[in-house]
Amino acid sequence: MTALPALPAPPRFGAPPRFRAMGMVNYVVLLLTLGLIVSSLAATAPTLEKLSRGIARLFAPSGMLMQMFPPDFTRIEPIGWKLLETLQMAVAGCFLGLILAVPFAILATDRLSPHPVVRQVARAVIALFRTVPDLVWAIIFIIIVGLGSPAGVMAIMVDKIGFAGRFFAEAMEETDPGPQDALRAIGASRLGMIVSAVFPACLPSFTATSLFALEKSVRGSAALGLVGAGGIGVDLKVAFDLFNYDEAFAIILMMLVLVLAVEQGSGWIRRKLI
Amino acid sequence: MNRPLSNVTTGATSVAPVLAVTGLEKSFEDRAILRGLDFTISARQSTALIGANGSGKSTLLKCLVRLVEPDAGRIGMLGQDVTTLSPRDLRRFRAKVGIVWQRHNLVPRISALSNVVHGVQARMSGLGSWFQALAPAAVRDEAMGCLDRVGLADRAMTRVDSLSGGQQQRVAIARMLMQRPAFILADEPDASLDPQTGEEVMALLLGLVRQDGLSLLMISHRLEHTLRFSDRILGLSQGRITLDLPTAQANATDLRRFFDHPEAV
Repeated sequence: MTALPALPAPPRFGAPPRFRAMGMVNYVVLLLTLGLIVSSLAATAPTLEKLSRGIARLFAPSGMLMQMFPPDFTRIEPIGWKLLETLQMAVAGCFLGLILAVPFAILATDRLSPHPVVRQVARAVIALFRTVPDLVWAIIFIIIVGLGSPAGVMAIMVDKIGFAGRFFAEAMEETDPGPQDALRAIGASRLGMIVSAVFPACLPSFTATSLFALEKSVRGSAALGLVGAGGIGVDLKVAFDLFNYDEAFAIILMMLVLVLAVEQGSGWIRRKLI
Repeated sequence: MNRPLSNVTTGATSVAPVLAVTGLEKSFEDRAILRGLDFTISARQSTALIGANGSGKSTLLKCLVRLVEPDAGRIGMLGQDVTTLSPRDLRRFRAKVGIVWQRHNLVPRISALSNVVHGVQARMSGLGSWFQALAPAAVRDEAMGCLDRVGLADRAMTRVDSLSGGQQQRVAIARMLMQRPAFILADEPDASLDPQTGEEVMALLLGLVRQDGLSLLMISHRLEHTLRFSDRILGLSQGRITLDLPTAQANATDLRRFFDHPEAV
């Protein structure tokens, strides 16, 4: 008879508790978070009943979804021109925004800003431009320059200063300070140091941010027309207002093609350049 | 602290000093790094500064061009009192001092030639000093001459980040030459290089002293290089210059205490 293998020795230490004990502060924070989520859902989210009624209406023979098919492309030419205007608004606004984002970003960085007060002001302006939605900027610029694409271009520009300004500043903060120090030691001017040492090091990051900004601009510019800031959004709003859901669907499909084309194109450029 | 520079006595030579340091002090958060340094450097000499890690060698080098502000003392270099220069004058002064860093500190992603062209920012600014493509023909020619001097003219359009460590250090020296400096500060220029490449770089620097009549103050972390590539040795210990002698009179045994890591020796 063979001897049974010896059992492993019992562990010297018991396993620790599965969960750490929570302190009173953590409990309070957890309860407040849960309370915020539940109250928000109760106050704003649609009820299941409302949702099911709405979906039933959507699929009804006279409902919006049914009326969208087949999409109506009879006005493809004017819609195409409006789509081109949308793209042009996005390109122009994005270009201006990216150019203006560079000085804001330089002033917002720790190493390159001439003074802490200037840095704080630049950061505050970037944060303001970023946090106010582009539709709100569009409304503000409609008041300033009137209805149409100029207001849209200005709105995109401001939005992009906020978007790119933040990422450009972060990219410049993260660069190796060595080459900048070397040029400073040579006696290079601040501008010379930035253009010669900082920009080349940031080029991949700047390129990626700029292409994302362009994609964001194209997506955003389509919606700006809803408030009267030019582009295809105007036609989309009119189509919905007049219950021309089949034409609205055609516009949505054409917008989708434009956005996908820009995304594919920028992805290709990103792969080639970076 | 306000003694005139001309009163400074030289430690080992009678040649007119290009650098005279008196009572130089620097502390970081109550820790005294430099405790009243006094020394001079003669023109057209290669001077090695040695000392254990943390002895304040790099801090001293940075203090000399006020990349780190000294707490007290005077620095007279190339006939100017560096400690009293205004920011604008300091910028102009720095143009005359070439620095070779331990890490080459080149700008990545651009060509060796563009990096060398950056050296011209010591005496001109604007588009022409930013990239080789925008530089005037005279600047490009001079930059090519500097690259040729370090043996890299054939790699002018190569991206610096694709060059070897030794080649990158050579490009950094070419950029320094483009400054047309009168004085060279070198912070362990051979530190990140293999022994043979390190020797080549050191020989290149010594060549600038012998052939071009420049003055060199280099931090050295290799005893062999200290003895081969310097005319004079300064030893820094506990924030003070505790050794000052011509290299010809130095012996390896006396110098070893200044090198705290065996592989450097």
